[in-house]
Amino acid sequence: MTKQASPDVGLFAPDIIRPALVQSFVKLDPRSLARNPVMFATALVSVLATILTIREGLAGGPTFWIGLQITIWLWFTVLFANFAEAVAEGRGKARADAFRATKSSGKSRLLLNPPDHELFEMQDVELLEPGAVILVKAGDLIPADGEIISGVASVNESAITGESAPVIREAGGDRSSVTGGTTIVSDWLVVRVTARQGDTFLDRMIAMVEGAKRQKTPNEIALNILLAGLTLVFLLVVVTLPFFASWSGTSLPVIYLAALFVTLIPTTIGGLLSAIGIAGMDRLVKANVIAKSGRAVEAAGDIDVLLLDKTGTITFGNRMAAAFVPVGGASDREVAEAAWLSSLADETAEGRSIVELGSKLHGFNPVADIGTFVPFTAQTRMSGVDLPGGDSIRKGASDSVLKHLGQSATAELAAAVKTIANAGGTPLVVARGARILGVIYLKDIVKPHIRERFAELRKMGIRTVMITGDNPLTAAAIAAEAGVDDFLAEATPEAKLALIRKEQAEGKLVAMCGDGSNDAPALAQADVGVAMNSGTPAAKEAGNLIDLDSDPTKLIEIVMVGKQLLISRGALTTFSIANDVAKYFAILPALFVAAYPGLGLLNVMGLASPQSAILSAIIFNALVIVALIPIALKGVAYTPSSASALLTRNLLVYGLGGLIVPFIGIKAIDVAVNALGLA
Amino acid sequence: MQADLLQAGLYALVLLAVAVPLGAYIARVITGEIAFLAPMERAILGASGASGPQRWGAYAASLLIFNAVGFALLFAILFLQNRLPLNPQGFDGLTWHLAFNTAVSFVTNTNWQSYGGETTLSHFSQMVGLTTQNFLSAASGIAVAAAVARGFAARQATTIGNFWQDLVRIVLYVLLPLSVLFALVLLALGMPQTLSASVEATTLEGAKQTLALGPIASQVAIKMLGTNGGGFFNVNGAHPFENPNAFTNFLQMSAILAIPAALVLSYGRLVGDRRQGYALFAAMAILIVTAFVALYAAERSGNPLHTGFADPSAGNMEGKEVRFGILGSALWAVATTAASNGSVNAMHDSLTPLGGLVAMLNIQLGEIVYGGVGVGLTGMLLFVILTVFLAGLMVGRTPEYLGKKIEAREIKLAALTLLIMPVGILVLAALAIATGNAQSSVQDAGPHGLSELIYAYTSATGNNGSAFAGFNANTPWHNTFLGLAMILGRFGYILPILAIAGSLAAKTPAAATAGTFPTHGPVFVVLLIVTILIVGALTFLPVLALGPIAEHVSMLRGTSF
Repeated sequence: MTKQASPDVGLFAPDIIRPALVQSFVKLDPRSLARNPVMFATALVSVLATILTIREGLAGGPTFWIGLQITIWLWFTVLFANFAEAVAEGRGKARADAFRATKSSGKSRLLLNPPDHELFEMQDVELLEPGAVILVKAGDLIPADGEIISGVASVNESAITGESAPVIREAGGDRSSVTGGTTIVSDWLVVRVTARQGDTFLDRMIAMVEGAKRQKTPNEIALNILLAGLTLVFLLVVVTLPFFASWSGTSLPVIYLAALFVTLIPTTIGGLLSAIGIAGMDRLVKANVIAKSGRAVEAAGDIDVLLLDKTGTITFGNRMAAAFVPVGGASDREVAEAAWLSSLADETAEGRSIVELGSKLHGFNPVADIGTFVPFTAQTRMSGVDLPGGDSIRKGASDSVLKHLGQSATAELAAAVKTIANAGGTPLVVARGARILGVIYLKDIVKPHIRERFAELRKMGIRTVMITGDNPLTAAAIAAEAGVDDFLAEATPEAKLALIRKEQAEGKLVAMCGDGSNDAPALAQADVGVAMNSGTPAAKEAGNLIDLDSDPTKLIEIVMVGKQLLISRGALTTFSIANDVAKYFAILPALFVAAYPGLGLLNVMGLASPQSAILSAIIFNALVIVALIPIALKGVAYTPSSASALLTRNLLVYGLGGLIVPFIGIKAIDVAVNALGLA
Repeated sequence: MQADLLQAGLYALVLLAVAVPLGAYIARVITGEIAFLAPMERAILGASGASGPQRWGAYAASLLIFNAVGFALLFAILFLQNRLPLNPQGFDGLTWHLAFNTAVSFVTNTNWQSYGGETTLSHFSQMVGLTTQNFLSAASGIAVAAAVARGFAARQATTIGNFWQDLVRIVLYVLLPLSVLFALVLLALGMPQTLSASVEATTLEGAKQTLALGPIASQVAIKMLGTNGGGFFNVNGAHPFENPNAFTNFLQMSAILAIPAALVLSYGRLVGDRRQGYALFAAMAILIVTAFVALYAAERSGNPLHTGFADPSAGNMEGKEVRFGILGSALWAVATTAASNGSVNAMHDSLTPLGGLVAMLNIQLGEIVYGGVGVGLTGMLLFVILTVFLAGLMVGRTPEYLGKKIEAREIKLAALTLLIMPVGILVLAALAIATGNAQSSVQDAGPHGLSELIYAYTSATGNNGSAFAGFNANTPWHNTFLGLAMILGRFGYILPILAIAGSLAAKTPAAATAGTFPTHGPVFVVLLIVTILIVGALTFLPVLALGPIAEHVSMLRGTSF
């Protein structure tokens, strides 16, 4: 199966940049700015500075030239923040356009008398209501999300998932839902529409990536409040300053105060906050996951316990042959050959794995006539082959084969069967004619590298619990091999739900994934419920995230995206606040050196003149937003590790860095400003 | 110098030796395990009709009502002291604004004094009025800390304790016994305690001198223990009757920080994780040691402008008692400003510019370096919440403290308290300048005058009560606005932190994992200190640059004002 790279967009692709430049100005609309207290304050100050500069220009005042430059950079500060948001949205929009291209228009067959395929009318897709029953045939685009009432068909879902191999969708069971925008490759389906046009998955996905429906997440709201609080504090600082300056016998040009205010308030994080949020959602979409709310993404970062289904997540869905165990004096080769012959025509994954293992161990060559294959049936619970020579080989569960042969197990056979079962494997007894040759050890194969992933999760403080229908003995063996922290054996939906409730009562946040209707209560109860896109509508309704790839290991990536989102916000906030120290050392001496020449001591950066100091600080403040856009969009680098290690690292990079970088940056800009003769 | 450092080290050791057992004891008082006066407790509580645990709102309302009644009574006593008994000197009633200011001052545990005690107040006002509030305001503060610790530690609870019960227990088991004990010790060390007004003394020159007397020891004991700081005499701890010798000086300095420091350790016990208390204790210790080193160094290095008429090797002795010297004065100045006590044994107005800056900054950080009894701890917890929020995001989880998620509501309340210091100090001081009221009250010109003004509003908003002097606060304008600043600085912190306690009480604590941001340990301590310095200090850097820093750099250039 090939996987197309999901549509990725370069950070600064021209297609993104050009509209973003336009959007930077469109977003000057006060209604749009008002969503962000810090940038709103900056914009108000910019307006004030503009008025002051015009007045100063008309009056021919001495601060006109420097005031004009400050005003321009104040506006740049706002525009850069708008630009960051626009770029983030633009990247989403590019993705959304790709989705939108797959949206169907035109007509579909609305069945008027549902079981009857012949009686239909062609209905405009836009007019399809939930509950309508439609018929889709090979080659048709499925016009809306729905549940299959009857039929089996292979469906190409690459438009949504990027997976090019068609998947089987059928009525009943856990694969009964279809997504609008996918294409029927063969056969037909009768589908009951479950979502109105404009509210389908595709629509949700488009809305999410475009940020149109983006609501602020809880942490983002709290952070916004804190930033607004800090903005107010610095407003008080700056507004009262002229009085203290007048006491000291000096007066401060208002334009300088405006510059001081904007450099002190947390414009860096304020300008990048919404870009970080949009980019976080975008990363999720890139991973082919739809979040029904931003809250779920944040909650993913907080997860303490991950419930993972064994099959498909921890192990491959299929058991594979791992060994041949001879009994009753048969040789290794005899068992292997019998098993190999009996499986040549067996197209199941297990059968293929037996053939592979036989060829590998004993180098059996293909034979021309493989005889008559006897397929597995629920009655016999065996499969096998009748060879051209009249010999027959059967393989199957121990008791079935024994019953078929009318024998009872020898002590040796019973022991071999038990050993395999205890190790978490499935024993298949092989008999040729009436002679039992041995046992095939079918093993649950734990996915490679899954152990390392669980170790990473443990480092992050996340406990993994394996959910399986196996008996406790088998479950324990697999759990030990996979390295999960705990397991729930012989799991029923009720037991799953009870486990989630128990963990939650201990104050833990639980994530799980599921696809069946019987998973729905647990998905709804879990703090983060990831429903597989291939799952039933009930499961998809209950989960708060939907994985379009239907890949249960995706949960781990979702947790990482959630954490990275929070870390990016925290790191840039810390950086932004730490910057203030250097800005003070640039601006305060510049403002007060006239009143008290001794305060020149505070000019530790040795900035050339008061004017160039203020100008350099405001330029640095604006440029740092642009410089940090890549970090905001890509997210702060995150490797799974303990909270203490993460904190130490991020504090050094963004805290200490935030203290030091502006000293260097402002000094460099000051040198440039003076070289260009700007101040 | 060596002897100085030895004494400072001894001070730290004594403090630690007192704080550890006292912290354990207070924790047991708060949980109700200490109950040897239970019948008396029941009698008092029965009379007040209090019963049952309260939600945070009811707790806060009880506290507000109690303090409002206390204010009204004290206001009446001061306003009408000429018609009340025990007024041997026959002092007049206070003006309305001075009575307002003083009543607010003592109810809010500030003990700012716009007046000179021995020349303004009757014994009745001092003993019945002020000393009562010295106990009750301190007890109110500790009660807040008790309720907050309870709320932080609770699990899905709706209540945070009963205010009246906390109040009674704190007074009965902590403040009263400690004060009686301390008063007796001070008495033994030569501090007067009498109801007579004054004695006549004949000086060596043969002149007659009136020496004011009064119930000094009893008032001084609770003044120091309850971070009150309001002196019996105008010059406070510099008066030989209020601070007779080096030994009383040492004991009083220790008493300033004893309960605030102990409460931090009590907090660790109350929330069930002593390390939390140790971490806060360590952060406060680092801040106070830094402040001491800075202030001591500034005083030690003296004032170059004194060269020629003072011994430069003695350091800056202007405004200091020779009995206590640089160390005894510097240590006291740091302790009293860090702990919101406000008593003084040296004139802060005469500190070197940088020494004065340290004293001022100690208060401007929000009185959280041990801070006032109870409220110092809770003020620190507000910074903890902000720190946890910023740092918590950096580990990729919704920030938690003690397993409780810090969400929009808590941040909203904590961010609100960030505004209190700037409003009380910067806005009110700017207002005083704009209306001309600052200019008429300040004694000195230039940056020092600005320091005097800023210090007054800083002291009031921080509920410290110490005065820089050189500032005439006894005017209708300043009495009123300093009073408002005190109310803002007291209840502006208490109400939000109680609300936060109420909201955290209701949450389910999450079990700690490797992914949990640890709030003990050195990284957190450093982070907390940096947050305090950046958020607290940056706010005041501009005005400090125009005040003490400008004065300092001018002094170095030989300029005076």
